[in-house]
Amino acid sequence: MYDRSAKLSAKGVVIEYWLQRSRTLFTAVQGVDLTVRPGELLAIVGPSGCGKTTFLNAVDGLIPIAGGNLTLDGREITRPGPDRAMVFQQPGLLPWRTVLGNVIFGVEAQGTMSKKESIARAKHQIELVGLAGFEDAYPLELSGGMQQRVNLARALLTDPEMLLLDEPFAALDAQTREMMQLELLKIWSQTRKTALFITHDIKEAIYLSDRVIVFTRRPGRVKDEVEIKLSRPRDLRVKRDPQFLTYEDRIWESIQEELAVPAERLIAGVPAA
Amino acid sequence: MSIKEADRVLPVTAGESNATREKRSVVQPSRIKQYEPLVLGTVSVVLALTAWQLVANARIYSILFLPGPWDVAQAFVKLFQTDDIWLDIGTSGMEMGIGYGMAIGVGLVLGMLMGWYTRFQYALDPFVNFFYSTPRIVLIPLFILWWGIEMPPKIAVIFLGALFPIIINTMAGVRNTEAALLRVARSFGASDALIFRRVVLPGSVPFILTGFRLGIGHALTGVVVAELFGSRAGLGRLIAQSADAFNMPDLFAGVIVLAAAGITLTAGFGWLENRLVPWTKD
Repeated sequence: MYDRSAKLSAKGVVIEYWLQRSRTLFTAVQGVDLTVRPGELLAIVGPSGCGKTTFLNAVDGLIPIAGGNLTLDGREITRPGPDRAMVFQQPGLLPWRTVLGNVIFGVEAQGTMSKKESIARAKHQIELVGLAGFEDAYPLELSGGMQQRVNLARALLTDPEMLLLDEPFAALDAQTREMMQLELLKIWSQTRKTALFITHDIKEAIYLSDRVIVFTRRPGRVKDEVEIKLSRPRDLRVKRDPQFLTYEDRIWESIQEELAVPAERLIAGVPAA
Repeated sequence: MSIKEADRVLPVTAGESNATREKRSVVQPSRIKQYEPLVLGTVSVVLALTAWQLVANARIYSILFLPGPWDVAQAFVKLFQTDDIWLDIGTSGMEMGIGYGMAIGVGLVLGMLMGWYTRFQYALDPFVNFFYSTPRIVLIPLFILWWGIEMPPKIAVIFLGALFPIIINTMAGVRNTEAALLRVARSFGASDALIFRRVVLPGSVPFILTGFRLGIGHALTGVVVAELFGSRAGLGRLIAQSADAFNMPDLFAGVIVLAAAGITLTAGFGWLENRLVPWTKD
């Protein structure tokens, strides 16, 4: 495998959790093997409820793994750390803080940067995500797309080794989503930060990433892997490229198989055959 | 404005910037409409006072039982020319200040502890439930027995009256911290202390202010009722004494002072809320 050159390496990762009311142990992810290479943008797609977000939470260190091995730069992941930063599906902005106040919240929580320095850098970061002039606006005054830009800037300001993105554009309308994809690629191409992007949108996964990984249905495992060899920089017209459509068909069929599996595999906690 | 007209206010499309997020209507907005709440409110109060004056003037009931608004106004002016009223207001005010101030201090601390530490809440829940569901004024005879008819029993009743709404609302504020915000803070490795100070506490402010506001009502009830039971000075005593002496104008004047205090305090907290939590207004 690519172990030596891997930024993130997952080997046989199992994630379980207890359902409180029914007191049953639930397996969300069952033996995930994957690596993310340095500077790569890797996307994970899969049927909804397949455990892809759960897996990302484990990479962030928010939930523990029950088995296997999860390392970033060779160090085992046990808790959140400044080497990772998450862009969340819900913006999660503090409503009483301005855009500037929210962007510095990440580094403030980490305690890794002086306030003066963080404000100076945040201003630059806000410009980078296209929010110049909105530094003093409150989250309620922003549209959904603008809130996600703040969410992204907050993560970027911590200058992580790896950027984790949890369906960040899923809640946006179709046009805003496409604009945000374009913007994300523009920002990403300037830093080439290693990134793990979770989505259920196949087009989005292909458009953004260097490689797409398909998860099986729950409990999730790696089912398929597609190298995306579309040249960069990519504009939105790439989405109508014949090569793009070939990737889309392949991934779509792969997910389709998962949706068509027999009903007994739908039962919670039963491992896949 | 009728309901039909209200229906014609157009919905605001999601995703627009705030500059355009203004209330819309298909009829041209009129300047007079803006003052409608104030004008109609004033007119209805004036009408009510007139009706009261007319009924009083008809003298169906003796002035002993139903003085008119004019009689009350005169009594009010006369009352404020004496020193006694200032002693009454001072006494009640001091009881309120001490009791309510203590309730804020203790209520905030207990409410935050109970909201943040689940086990602490489990331990204190029985007491909070007992006192919150029991009208605290029934304890007045007991307090008078213990401490006499000076200030301490009044302060105790005010304290207990205001304490529980403050505890319960503060606790709810801490508990209701948005899960998404906690997740963000944890993801960036925030310490518990930082999460409490920067996320939980600011988010609880609207709840805490609501607790303060509810506490005022309970505290005012406490001060008056406690004084009715026995006291040397205070607005409750003024009301009780005026009733005994069939001095209805003074009684009404006492009620008005209390009402004014309640309205002022509540409006004060409303103003504070607008200043401290502008983000909830939208």
